[in-house]
Amino acid sequence: MLPTLARSPLLDNRLRVETPEGVDLLLRPAGLVPRALAFAVDLAIRGAILLALFISLGLLGKFGMGLGALLLFLVQWWYMVLFEVLNQGRTPGKHWLGLRVVHDDGTPVGWASSLTRNLLRFVDLLPFGYFLGALSCLGHPAFKRLGDIAAGTLVVYQEKPAERPALAPAEPVAPPVGLSLDEQRALISFAERQASLSPDRRRELAAILAEPLATTPEDAERTIQGIARALMGAT
Amino acid sequence: MKQAEFERQHQQLWLALTTQLDLLERGRPLDEPSLDAFPSAYRQLCQHLALAESRGYSGQLIDQLHQLALRGHQQLYRHHSTLLGRLLGFITGGFARSVREQWRYLLAASLLFYGSLLGMAALVYAFPDLVYSILPPDQVAQMEQMYDPDASRLGRFAERGAGDDWLMFGYYVMNNIGIAFQTFASGLLFGLGTLFFLLFNGLTIGAVAGHLSGIGYHLPFWSFVIGHGAFELTAITLAGAAGLRLGVALLAPGRMTRGDALRQSARQAIRLVAGAIVLLLIAAFVEAYWSSMTLSSPTIKFIVGALLWLFVAAYFSFAGRSRHAAD
Repeated sequence: MLPTLARSPLLDNRLRVETPEGVDLLLRPAGLVPRALAFAVDLAIRGAILLALFISLGLLGKFGMGLGALLLFLVQWWYMVLFEVLNQGRTPGKHWLGLRVVHDDGTPVGWASSLTRNLLRFVDLLPFGYFLGALSCLGHPAFKRLGDIAAGTLVVYQEKPAERPALAPAEPVAPPVGLSLDEQRALISFAERQASLSPDRRRELAAILAEPLATTPEDAERTIQGIARALMGAT
Repeated sequence: MKQAEFERQHQQLWLALTTQLDLLERGRPLDEPSLDAFPSAYRQLCQHLALAESRGYSGQLIDQLHQLALRGHQQLYRHHSTLLGRLLGFITGGFARSVREQWRYLLAASLLFYGSLLGMAALVYAFPDLVYSILPPDQVAQMEQMYDPDASRLGRFAERGAGDDWLMFGYYVMNNIGIAFQTFASGLLFGLGTLFFLLFNGLTIGAVAGHLSGIGYHLPFWSFVIGHGAFELTAITLAGAAGLRLGVALLAPGRMTRGDALRQSARQAIRLVAGAIVLLLIAAFVEAYWSSMTLSSPTIKFIVGALLWLFVAAYFSFAGRSRHAAD
Protein backbone atom coordinates (compact mmCIF):
# COMPACT_ATOMS: atom_id res chain seq x y z
CA MET A 1 0.00 0.00 0.00
CA LEU A 2 1.33 3.40 -0.92
CA PRO A 3 1.21 5.92 1.90
CA THR A 4 -0.82 9.00 1.10
CA LEU A 5 1.89 11.39 2.22
CA ALA A 6 4.56 10.37 -0.26
CA ARG A 7 2.58 11.15 -3.41
CA SER A 8 0.86 14.35 -2.42
CA PRO A 9 2.11 17.56 -4.09
CA LEU A 10 5.03 19.10 -2.28
CA LEU A 11 4.53 22.28 -0.31
CA ASP A 12 8.01 23.65 -0.92
CA ASN A 13 9.76 24.09 -4.27
CA ARG A 14 11.57 20.77 -4.32
CA LEU A 15 11.35 18.75 -7.54
CA ARG A 16 10.47 15.08 -7.53
CA VAL A 17 12.44 12.90 -9.96
CA GLU A 18 11.65 9.23 -10.33
CA THR A 19 14.70 7.04 -10.87
CA PRO A 20 14.84 3.74 -12.80
CA GLU A 21 15.05 2.00 -9.42
CA GLY A 22 11.53 3.20 -8.66
CA VAL A 23 12.35 5.59 -5.85
CA ASP A 24 11.70 9.31 -5.89
CA LEU A 25 14.61 11.69 -5.53
CA LEU A 26 13.89 15.18 -4.29
CA LEU A 27 16.01 17.98 -5.75
CA ARG A 28 16.09 21.46 -4.27
CA PRO A 29 16.77 24.04 -7.03
CA ALA A 30 18.92 27.01 -6.06
CA GLY A 31 17.54 30.49 -6.55
CA LEU A 32 18.97 33.64 -8.06
CA VAL A 33 21.00 34.91 -5.09
CA PRO A 34 23.17 31.85 -4.33
CA ARG A 35 23.73 31.35 -8.05
CA ALA A 36 24.77 34.97 -8.51
CA LEU A 37 27.13 34.67 -5.55
CA ALA A 38 28.64 31.48 -6.98
CA PHE A 39 29.12 33.26 -10.28
CA ALA A 40 30.79 36.19 -8.52
CA VAL A 41 33.23 33.83 -6.79
CA ASP A 42 34.03 32.15 -10.13
CA LEU A 43 34.47 35.54 -11.76
CA ALA A 44 36.94 36.58 -9.07
CA ILE A 45 38.89 33.33 -9.44
CA ARG A 46 39.04 33.73 -13.21
CA GLY A 47 40.14 37.31 -12.83
CA ALA A 48 42.94 36.23 -10.51
CA ILE A 49 44.04 33.46 -12.92
CA LEU A 50 44.15 35.89 -15.84
CA LEU A 51 46.04 38.50 -13.87
CA ALA A 52 48.65 35.93 -12.86
CA LEU A 53 48.87 34.72 -16.47
CA PHE A 54 49.41 38.13 -17.96
CA ILE A 55 52.06 39.04 -15.46
CA SER A 56 54.01 35.82 -15.94
CA LEU A 57 53.48 35.44 -19.71
CA GLY A 58 54.21 39.07 -20.41
CA LEU A 59 57.84 38.21 -19.63
CA LEU A 60 57.91 35.70 -22.50
CA GLY A 61 57.33 38.26 -25.25
CA LYS A 62 55.21 37.55 -28.28
CA PHE A 63 55.20 33.80 -27.80
CA GLY A 64 53.86 34.43 -24.32
CA MET A 65 51.21 36.79 -25.66
CA GLY A 66 50.02 34.15 -28.11
CA LEU A 67 49.93 31.59 -25.34
CA GLY A 68 48.15 34.14 -23.17
CA ALA A 69 45.47 34.65 -25.83
CA LEU A 70 44.94 30.87 -26.00
CA LEU A 71 44.68 30.62 -22.23
CA LEU A 72 42.36 33.62 -22.11
CA PHE A 73 40.12 31.79 -24.54
CA LEU A 74 40.33 28.65 -22.42
CA VAL A 75 39.50 30.48 -19.19
CA GLN A 76 36.78 32.59 -20.74
CA TRP A 77 34.81 29.85 -22.49
CA TRP A 78 35.89 26.56 -20.92
CA TYR A 79 36.42 27.25 -17.21
CA MET A 80 32.78 26.48 -16.37
CA VAL A 81 32.48 23.51 -18.74
CA LEU A 82 35.65 21.78 -17.59
CA PHE A 83 34.85 22.16 -13.90
CA GLU A 84 31.22 21.15 -14.27
CA VAL A 85 31.97 17.98 -16.21
CA LEU A 86 35.18 16.89 -14.50
CA ASN A 87 34.33 17.98 -10.96
CA GLN A 88 30.86 16.47 -10.47
CA GLY A 89 28.89 19.49 -11.63
CA ARG A 90 30.67 21.94 -9.36
CA THR A 91 32.78 24.94 -10.29
CA PRO A 92 34.80 26.29 -7.36
CA GLY A 93 32.18 28.99 -6.79
CA LYS A 94 29.34 26.47 -6.78
CA HIS A 95 31.33 24.18 -4.50
CA TRP A 96 31.77 27.02 -2.07
CA LEU A 97 28.05 27.77 -1.96
CA GLY A 98 27.05 24.09 -1.90
CA LEU A 99 25.52 24.01 -5.36
CA ARG A 100 25.87 21.60 -8.25
CA VAL A 101 24.62 21.29 -11.82
CA VAL A 102 22.57 18.24 -12.79
CA HIS A 103 20.35 17.23 -15.71
CA ASP A 104 16.61 17.63 -15.31
CA ASP A 105 16.37 13.94 -14.45
CA GLY A 106 18.92 14.27 -11.65
CA THR A 107 21.81 12.60 -13.49
CA PRO A 108 25.21 14.32 -13.49
CA VAL A 109 25.78 16.90 -16.20
CA GLY A 110 27.65 15.76 -19.36
CA TRP A 111 29.78 17.49 -22.00
CA ALA A 112 26.99 18.41 -24.41
CA SER A 113 24.64 19.91 -21.82
CA SER A 114 27.40 21.72 -19.99
CA LEU A 115 28.71 23.23 -23.24
CA THR A 116 25.18 24.25 -24.25
CA ARG A 117 24.33 25.96 -20.98
CA ASN A 118 27.64 27.80 -20.83
CA LEU A 119 27.69 28.96 -24.47
CA LEU A 120 24.14 30.24 -24.14
CA ARG A 121 25.31 32.27 -21.15
CA PHE A 122 26.11 34.89 -23.83
CA VAL A 123 22.37 35.45 -24.30
CA ASP A 124 21.67 35.44 -20.57
CA LEU A 125 24.15 38.32 -20.27
CA LEU A 126 22.15 40.48 -22.68
CA PRO A 127 21.44 43.35 -22.78
CA PHE A 128 23.60 44.09 -19.72
CA GLY A 129 24.67 42.33 -16.51
CA TYR A 130 22.66 39.08 -16.74
CA PHE A 131 19.38 40.91 -17.28
CA LEU A 132 17.66 38.23 -19.38
CA GLY A 133 19.16 35.45 -17.28
CA ALA A 134 17.93 37.02 -14.05
CA LEU A 135 14.44 37.58 -15.48
CA SER A 136 14.22 33.99 -16.65
CA CYS A 137 15.60 32.74 -13.34
CA LEU A 138 13.03 34.70 -11.33
CA GLY A 139 10.17 33.62 -13.55
CA HIS A 140 10.90 29.91 -13.81
CA PRO A 141 9.54 27.51 -11.15
CA ALA A 142 12.92 25.75 -10.99
CA PHE A 143 14.96 28.98 -11.23
CA LYS A 144 16.39 28.18 -14.66
CA ARG A 145 18.13 30.76 -16.77
CA LEU A 146 17.74 30.57 -20.56
CA GLY A 147 20.84 28.40 -20.95
CA ASP A 148 19.45 25.93 -18.42
CA ILE A 149 16.12 25.73 -20.22
CA ALA A 150 17.81 24.93 -23.54
CA ALA A 151 20.32 22.48 -22.09
CA GLY A 152 17.84 20.76 -19.78
CA THR A 153 19.93 21.34 -16.67
CA LEU A 154 19.25 22.44 -13.12
CA VAL A 155 21.34 24.04 -10.40
CA VAL A 156 20.47 22.30 -7.14
CA TYR A 157 21.62 22.46 -3.56
CA GLN A 158 23.96 19.73 -2.51
CA GLU A 159 22.42 18.26 0.61
CA LYS A 160 24.74 18.03 3.57
CA PRO A 161 24.59 14.90 5.71
CA ALA A 162 22.55 15.66 8.81
CA GLU A 163 23.13 14.29 12.30
CA ARG A 164 20.42 11.94 13.53
CA PRO A 165 18.98 13.52 16.70
CA ALA A 166 18.74 11.50 19.89
CA LEU A 167 15.26 10.81 21.24
CA ALA A 168 14.38 12.16 24.65
CA PRO A 169 14.48 9.46 27.32
CA ALA A 170 10.97 8.13 27.89
CA GLU A 171 9.26 4.90 28.84
CA PRO A 172 7.82 3.20 25.69
CA VAL A 173 4.03 3.38 25.71
CA ALA A 174 1.63 1.48 23.47
CA PRO A 175 -0.63 3.91 21.57
CA PRO A 176 -4.09 3.98 23.18
CA VAL A 177 -5.86 4.18 19.79
CA GLY A 178 -5.10 2.76 16.34
CA LEU A 179 -2.93 5.24 14.42
CA SER A 180 -2.84 5.78 10.67
CA LEU A 181 0.51 5.91 8.90
CA ASP A 182 0.44 9.68 8.67
CA GLU A 183 -0.42 9.98 12.35
CA GLN A 184 2.41 7.66 13.30
CA ARG A 185 4.80 9.72 11.21
CA ALA A 186 3.61 12.96 12.80
CA LEU A 187 4.21 11.60 16.32
CA ILE A 188 7.66 10.27 15.40
CA SER A 189 8.75 13.51 13.80
CA PHE A 190 7.55 15.42 16.87
CA ALA A 191 9.80 13.20 18.99
CA GLU A 192 12.73 13.67 16.62
CA ARG A 193 12.36 17.43 16.42
CA GLN A 194 12.00 17.94 20.16
CA ALA A 195 15.54 19.33 20.54
CA SER A 196 14.83 22.13 18.08
CA LEU A 197 11.63 23.29 19.83
CA SER A 198 11.43 25.34 23.00
CA PRO A 199 9.92 23.58 26.05
CA ASP A 200 6.88 25.88 26.01
CA ARG A 201 6.21 25.23 22.35
CA ARG A 202 6.60 21.47 22.88
CA ARG A 203 4.07 21.55 25.71
CA GLU A 204 1.70 23.64 23.65
CA LEU A 205 1.86 21.29 20.63
CA ALA A 206 1.56 18.16 22.73
CA ALA A 207 -1.44 19.55 24.65
CA ILE A 208 -3.46 19.54 21.43
CA LEU A 209 -3.32 15.74 21.48
CA ALA A 210 -4.00 15.30 25.18
CA GLU A 211 -7.66 14.41 24.76
CA PRO A 212 -7.39 11.83 21.91
CA LEU A 213 -4.47 10.18 23.73
CA ALA A 214 -6.50 10.05 26.96
CA THR A 215 -4.00 11.92 29.11
CA THR A 216 -3.61 15.32 30.79
CA PRO A 217 -2.09 18.27 28.89
CA GLU A 218 0.91 18.24 31.27
CA ASP A 219 1.57 14.59 30.60
CA ALA A 220 0.92 14.66 26.83
CA GLU A 221 4.49 15.40 25.84
CA ARG A 222 5.91 12.43 27.73
CA THR A 223 3.18 10.16 26.35
CA ILE A 224 3.92 11.18 22.76
CA GLN A 225 7.63 10.57 23.24
CA GLY A 226 6.82 7.18 24.70
CA ILE A 227 4.54 6.27 21.81
CA ALA A 228 7.21 7.37 19.31
CA ARG A 229 9.71 5.18 21.06
CA ALA A 230 7.36 2.22 20.97
CA LEU A 231 6.59 2.78 17.28
CA MET A 232 10.25 2.92 16.35
CA GLY A 233 11.13 -0.05 18.53
CA ALA A 234 13.89 1.95 20.21
CA THR A 235 14.90 0.70 23.62
CA MET B 1 9.40 -4.72 11.39
CA LYS B 2 10.13 -1.93 13.86
CA GLN B 3 12.38 0.86 12.68
CA ALA B 4 15.15 0.18 15.19
CA GLU B 5 15.40 -3.44 14.08
CA PHE B 6 15.40 -2.38 10.40
CA GLU B 7 18.24 0.05 11.06
CA ARG B 8 20.25 -2.55 12.97
CA GLN B 9 19.94 -5.02 10.10
CA HIS B 10 21.03 -2.70 7.34
CA GLN B 11 23.34 -0.25 9.08
CA GLN B 12 26.35 -2.19 7.83
CA LEU B 13 25.40 -1.81 4.18
CA TRP B 14 24.66 1.89 4.51
CA LEU B 15 27.98 2.57 6.21
CA ALA B 16 29.88 0.66 3.52
CA LEU B 17 28.05 2.53 0.79
CA THR B 18 28.80 5.86 2.47
CA THR B 19 32.54 5.13 2.49
CA GLN B 20 32.44 4.11 -1.18
CA LEU B 21 30.54 7.26 -2.11
CA ASP B 22 33.03 9.40 -0.21
CA LEU B 23 35.81 7.87 -2.29
CA LEU B 24 33.97 8.17 -5.60
CA GLU B 25 33.02 11.79 -4.97
CA ARG B 26 36.62 12.70 -4.42
CA GLY B 27 37.50 11.04 -7.73
CA ARG B 28 39.36 8.08 -6.18
CA PRO B 29 38.98 4.67 -7.80
CA LEU B 30 37.30 1.83 -5.91
CA ASP B 31 38.95 -1.56 -5.55
CA GLU B 32 37.66 -4.36 -7.79
CA PRO B 33 35.24 -6.20 -5.44
CA SER B 34 33.52 -3.11 -4.07
CA LEU B 35 33.24 -1.70 -7.58
CA ASP B 36 31.41 -4.84 -8.68
CA ALA B 37 29.18 -4.71 -5.63
CA PHE B 38 28.35 -1.00 -5.93
CA PRO B 39 25.35 -1.20 -8.29
CA SER B 40 23.63 -3.91 -6.31
CA ALA B 41 24.35 -2.14 -3.03
CA TYR B 42 22.81 1.02 -4.50
CA ARG B 43 19.69 -0.86 -5.64
CA GLN B 44 19.35 -2.42 -2.20
CA LEU B 45 19.52 1.01 -0.69
CA CYS B 46 16.76 2.19 -3.03
CA GLN B 47 14.65 -0.73 -1.85
CA HIS B 48 15.33 0.22 1.77
CA LEU B 49 14.28 3.78 1.03
CA ALA B 50 11.02 2.63 -0.54
CA LEU B 51 10.36 0.29 2.40
CA ALA B 52 11.11 3.00 4.94
CA GLU B 53 8.68 5.35 3.22
CA SER B 54 5.84 2.87 2.94
CA ARG B 55 6.27 1.60 6.50
CA GLY B 56 6.10 5.09 7.93
CA TYR B 57 9.55 5.13 9.48
CA SER B 58 10.79 8.41 10.87
CA GLY B 59 11.42 11.36 8.63
CA GLN B 60 15.03 11.59 9.77
CA LEU B 61 15.78 8.04 8.66
CA ILE B 62 14.05 8.63 5.34
CA ASP B 63 16.06 11.82 4.84
CA GLN B 64 19.27 9.97 5.57
CA LEU B 65 18.47 7.16 3.12
CA HIS B 66 17.22 9.62 0.56
CA GLN B 67 20.47 11.54 0.72
CA LEU B 68 22.45 8.35 0.24
CA ALA B 69 20.26 7.37 -2.72
CA LEU B 70 20.77 10.80 -4.28
CA ARG B 71 24.53 10.52 -3.94
CA GLY B 72 24.53 6.96 -5.28
CA HIS B 73 22.39 8.02 -8.22
CA GLN B 74 24.90 10.76 -9.07
CA GLN B 75 27.76 8.28 -9.11
CA LEU B 76 26.04 5.35 -10.84
CA TYR B 77 24.72 7.45 -13.73
CA ARG B 78 27.91 9.42 -14.27
CA HIS B 79 29.30 9.61 -17.79
CA HIS B 80 32.36 7.42 -17.79
CA SER B 81 33.38 7.18 -21.44
CA THR B 82 36.79 8.62 -22.14
CA LEU B 83 36.85 12.00 -23.79
CA LEU B 84 39.50 11.03 -26.33
CA GLY B 85 37.56 8.06 -27.68
CA ARG B 86 34.37 10.07 -28.03
CA LEU B 87 36.23 12.92 -29.69
CA LEU B 88 37.76 10.55 -32.24
CA GLY B 89 34.39 8.96 -32.98
CA PHE B 90 32.90 12.41 -33.37
CA ILE B 91 35.58 13.64 -35.77
CA THR B 92 35.77 10.49 -37.88
CA GLY B 93 32.06 10.35 -38.58
CA GLY B 94 29.59 11.61 -36.03
CA PHE B 95 30.16 15.24 -36.90
CA ALA B 96 29.67 14.79 -40.65
CA ARG B 97 26.50 12.78 -39.95
CA SER B 98 25.07 15.52 -37.73
CA VAL B 99 25.82 18.11 -40.37
CA ARG B 100 24.08 16.07 -43.08
CA GLU B 101 21.05 15.66 -40.78
CA GLN B 102 20.79 19.41 -40.41
CA TRP B 103 21.39 20.24 -44.09
CA ARG B 104 18.35 22.51 -44.34
CA TYR B 105 19.68 24.82 -41.66
CA LEU B 106 23.18 24.70 -43.12
CA LEU B 107 21.76 25.63 -46.52
CA ALA B 108 19.84 28.56 -45.04
CA ALA B 109 22.87 29.80 -43.11
CA SER B 110 25.13 29.42 -46.15
CA LEU B 111 22.73 31.32 -48.40
CA LEU B 112 22.54 34.16 -45.88
CA PHE B 113 26.27 34.32 -45.28
CA TYR B 114 27.71 33.69 -48.75
CA GLY B 115 24.84 35.58 -50.38
CA SER B 116 25.52 38.73 -48.40
CA LEU B 117 29.28 38.24 -48.81
CA LEU B 118 29.26 37.85 -52.60
CA GLY B 119 26.54 40.45 -53.10
CA MET B 120 28.42 43.03 -51.06
CA ALA B 121 31.72 42.17 -52.78
CA ALA B 122 30.15 42.67 -56.21
CA LEU B 123 28.55 45.95 -55.13
CA VAL B 124 31.77 47.35 -53.68
CA TYR B 125 33.68 46.22 -56.77
CA ALA B 126 31.19 48.10 -58.97
CA PHE B 127 30.81 51.15 -56.69
CA PRO B 128 34.13 51.49 -54.76
CA ASP B 129 32.88 54.29 -52.48
CA LEU B 130 30.34 51.93 -50.95
CA VAL B 131 33.02 50.37 -48.74
CA TYR B 132 33.03 53.49 -46.54
CA SER B 133 29.37 53.00 -45.68
CA ILE B 134 30.25 49.60 -44.17
CA LEU B 135 33.68 50.17 -42.64
CA PRO B 136 35.25 53.27 -41.10
CA PRO B 137 38.06 54.78 -43.22
CA ASP B 138 40.91 53.96 -40.82
CA GLN B 139 39.92 50.28 -40.87
CA VAL B 140 39.92 50.32 -44.66
CA ALA B 141 43.39 51.85 -44.62
CA GLN B 142 44.54 49.17 -42.19
CA MET B 143 43.19 46.45 -44.49
CA GLU B 144 45.00 48.01 -47.45
CA GLN B 145 48.24 48.02 -45.50
CA MET B 146 47.77 44.38 -44.46
CA TYR B 147 47.40 43.11 -48.01
CA ASP B 148 49.91 45.39 -49.67
CA PRO B 149 51.54 43.25 -52.42
CA ASP B 150 54.99 44.51 -51.33
CA ALA B 151 54.75 43.25 -47.75
CA SER B 152 56.95 40.32 -46.71
CA ARG B 153 54.25 38.63 -44.66
CA LEU B 154 50.53 38.86 -45.05
CA GLY B 155 47.67 39.31 -42.65
CA ARG B 156 47.25 41.32 -39.52
CA PHE B 157 50.45 42.87 -38.13
CA ALA B 158 52.24 42.35 -41.43
CA GLU B 159 55.68 43.23 -40.04
CA ARG B 160 56.41 40.08 -38.13
CA GLY B 161 58.79 37.19 -37.87
CA ALA B 162 58.24 33.50 -37.26
CA GLY B 163 57.85 33.98 -33.49
CA ASP B 164 54.80 36.12 -34.07
CA ASP B 165 52.95 33.22 -35.67
CA TRP B 166 52.25 32.06 -32.14
CA LEU B 167 50.78 35.39 -31.23
CA MET B 168 48.57 35.27 -34.30
CA PHE B 169 47.47 31.71 -33.62
CA GLY B 170 46.26 32.71 -30.18
CA TYR B 171 44.61 35.82 -31.55
CA TYR B 172 42.74 33.95 -34.29
CA VAL B 173 41.52 31.28 -31.86
CA MET B 174 40.22 33.91 -29.45
CA ASN B 175 38.61 36.07 -32.07
CA ASN B 176 37.07 33.55 -34.45
CA ILE B 177 35.74 31.05 -31.94
CA GLY B 178 34.28 33.93 -29.97
CA ILE B 179 32.42 35.07 -33.12
CA ALA B 180 31.19 31.52 -33.77
CA PHE B 181 29.92 31.16 -30.21
CA GLN B 182 28.09 34.46 -30.39
CA THR B 183 26.53 33.52 -33.71
CA PHE B 184 25.24 30.29 -32.19
CA ALA B 185 24.13 31.61 -28.80
CA SER B 186 22.21 34.59 -30.12
CA GLY B 187 19.98 32.16 -32.01
CA LEU B 188 18.15 31.91 -28.71
CA LEU B 189 16.71 35.37 -29.46
CA PHE B 190 14.24 33.75 -31.89
CA GLY B 191 17.03 33.42 -34.46
CA LEU B 192 17.40 37.18 -34.83
CA GLY B 193 20.88 37.35 -33.32
CA THR B 194 22.15 34.63 -35.62
CA LEU B 195 20.68 36.45 -38.62
CA PHE B 196 22.44 39.62 -37.52
CA PHE B 197 25.84 37.99 -37.02
CA LEU B 198 25.67 36.04 -40.30
CA LEU B 199 24.72 39.11 -42.30
CA PHE B 200 27.09 41.43 -40.44
CA ASN B 201 30.08 39.15 -41.00
CA GLY B 202 29.05 38.42 -44.58
CA LEU B 203 28.71 42.12 -45.40
CA THR B 204 31.99 43.08 -43.70
CA ILE B 205 34.04 40.35 -45.32
CA GLY B 206 32.33 41.02 -48.65
CA ALA B 207 33.10 44.72 -48.47
CA VAL B 208 36.78 44.05 -47.71
CA ALA B 209 37.03 41.48 -50.49
CA GLY B 210 35.36 43.75 -53.03
CA HIS B 211 37.43 46.74 -52.04
CA LEU B 212 40.80 44.96 -52.13
CA SER B 213 39.99 43.31 -55.46
CA GLY B 214 38.95 46.69 -56.81
CA ILE B 215 42.21 48.45 -55.95
CA GLY B 216 44.32 45.68 -57.45
CA TYR B 217 45.34 43.80 -54.27
CA HIS B 218 43.37 40.74 -55.34
CA LEU B 219 46.35 38.37 -55.61
CA PRO B 220 47.69 38.76 -52.06
CA PHE B 221 44.19 38.91 -50.59
CA TRP B 222 42.66 35.87 -52.25
CA SER B 223 45.82 33.79 -51.89
CA PHE B 224 45.79 34.69 -48.19
CA VAL B 225 42.18 33.80 -47.45
CA ILE B 226 41.60 30.78 -49.67
CA GLY B 227 43.49 28.32 -47.46
CA HIS B 228 41.96 28.86 -44.05
CA GLY B 229 38.70 30.12 -45.53
CA ALA B 230 37.75 26.53 -46.24
CA PHE B 231 37.61 25.86 -42.51
CA GLU B 232 36.78 29.29 -41.16
CA LEU B 233 33.86 30.20 -43.41
CA THR B 234 32.43 26.68 -43.12
CA ALA B 235 32.64 26.92 -39.34
CA ILE B 236 30.81 30.27 -39.31
CA THR B 237 28.00 28.84 -41.42
CA LEU B 238 27.84 25.78 -39.15
CA ALA B 239 27.54 27.98 -36.06
CA GLY B 240 24.89 29.95 -37.96
CA ALA B 241 23.02 26.76 -38.82
CA ALA B 242 23.10 25.76 -35.13
CA GLY B 243 21.78 29.19 -34.12
CA LEU B 244 19.00 29.07 -36.72
CA ARG B 245 18.08 25.61 -35.41
CA LEU B 246 17.48 27.13 -31.97
CA GLY B 247 15.53 30.03 -33.42
CA VAL B 248 13.29 27.80 -35.54
CA ALA B 249 12.59 25.56 -32.53
CA LEU B 250 11.28 28.61 -30.67
CA LEU B 251 9.33 30.05 -33.60
CA ALA B 252 7.81 26.82 -34.92
CA PRO B 253 7.96 24.17 -32.18
CA GLY B 254 5.46 21.95 -34.02
CA ARG B 255 3.66 19.51 -31.74
CA MET B 256 6.03 19.98 -28.81
CA THR B 257 6.05 22.69 -26.18
CA ARG B 258 8.58 25.45 -26.86
CA GLY B 259 10.73 24.24 -23.98
CA ASP B 260 10.87 20.66 -25.25
CA ALA B 261 11.51 21.76 -28.82
CA LEU B 262 14.32 24.02 -27.63
CA ARG B 263 15.94 21.27 -25.55
CA GLN B 264 15.80 18.80 -28.40
CA SER B 265 17.16 21.21 -30.98
CA ALA B 266 19.91 22.36 -28.61
CA ARG B 267 21.10 18.76 -28.30
CA GLN B 268 21.54 18.55 -32.06
CA ALA B 269 22.81 22.09 -32.50
CA ILE B 270 25.56 21.75 -29.91
CA ARG B 271 27.15 18.99 -32.02
CA LEU B 272 27.46 21.41 -34.92
CA VAL B 273 29.04 23.97 -32.60
CA ALA B 274 31.50 21.42 -31.21
CA GLY B 275 32.51 20.57 -34.78
CA ALA B 276 32.80 24.24 -35.63
CA ILE B 277 35.27 24.64 -32.73
CA VAL B 278 37.47 21.90 -34.22
CA LEU B 279 37.28 23.51 -37.67
CA LEU B 280 38.19 26.91 -36.23
CA LEU B 281 41.21 25.49 -34.42
CA ILE B 282 42.42 24.05 -37.74
CA ALA B 283 41.62 27.36 -39.45
CA ALA B 284 43.61 29.36 -36.89
CA PHE B 285 46.56 27.03 -37.35
CA VAL B 286 46.46 27.30 -41.15
CA GLU B 287 45.94 31.05 -41.00
CA ALA B 288 48.84 31.69 -38.65
CA TYR B 289 51.42 29.36 -40.19
CA TRP B 290 50.51 28.81 -43.84
CA SER B 291 48.35 31.64 -45.14
CA SER B 292 50.71 34.33 -43.88
CA MET B 293 53.71 33.04 -45.86
CA THR B 294 54.61 34.94 -49.01
CA LEU B 295 55.73 32.48 -51.65
CA SER B 296 57.35 33.45 -54.94
CA SER B 297 54.16 32.65 -56.83
CA PRO B 298 50.67 32.51 -55.38
CA THR B 299 49.75 29.58 -57.63
CA ILE B 300 50.79 27.01 -55.05
CA LYS B 301 48.56 28.72 -52.46
CA PHE B 302 45.57 28.59 -54.77
CA ILE B 303 46.20 24.90 -55.46
CA VAL B 304 46.52 24.06 -51.76
CA GLY B 305 43.50 26.23 -50.98
CA ALA B 306 41.39 24.48 -53.59
CA LEU B 307 42.50 21.11 -52.22
CA LEU B 308 41.49 22.18 -48.70
CA TRP B 309 38.03 23.21 -49.92
CA LEU B 310 37.71 19.87 -51.71
CA PHE B 311 38.81 18.10 -48.54
CA VAL B 312 36.18 19.85 -46.42
CA ALA B 313 33.48 19.12 -49.02
CA ALA B 314 34.54 15.47 -49.25
CA TYR B 315 34.56 15.12 -45.47
CA PHE B 316 30.99 16.34 -45.11
CA SER B 317 29.83 14.26 -48.07
CA PHE B 318 31.44 10.94 -47.25
CA ALA B 319 32.66 10.67 -43.65
CA GLY B 320 30.62 8.49 -41.33
CA ARG B 321 28.55 6.86 -44.07
CA SER B 322 29.24 3.34 -42.78
CA ARG B 323 27.65 3.10 -39.36
CA HIS B 324 30.04 0.86 -37.47
CA ALA B 325 33.16 2.72 -38.56
CA ALA B 326 32.42 5.56 -36.18
CA ASP B 327 31.45 3.51 -33.14
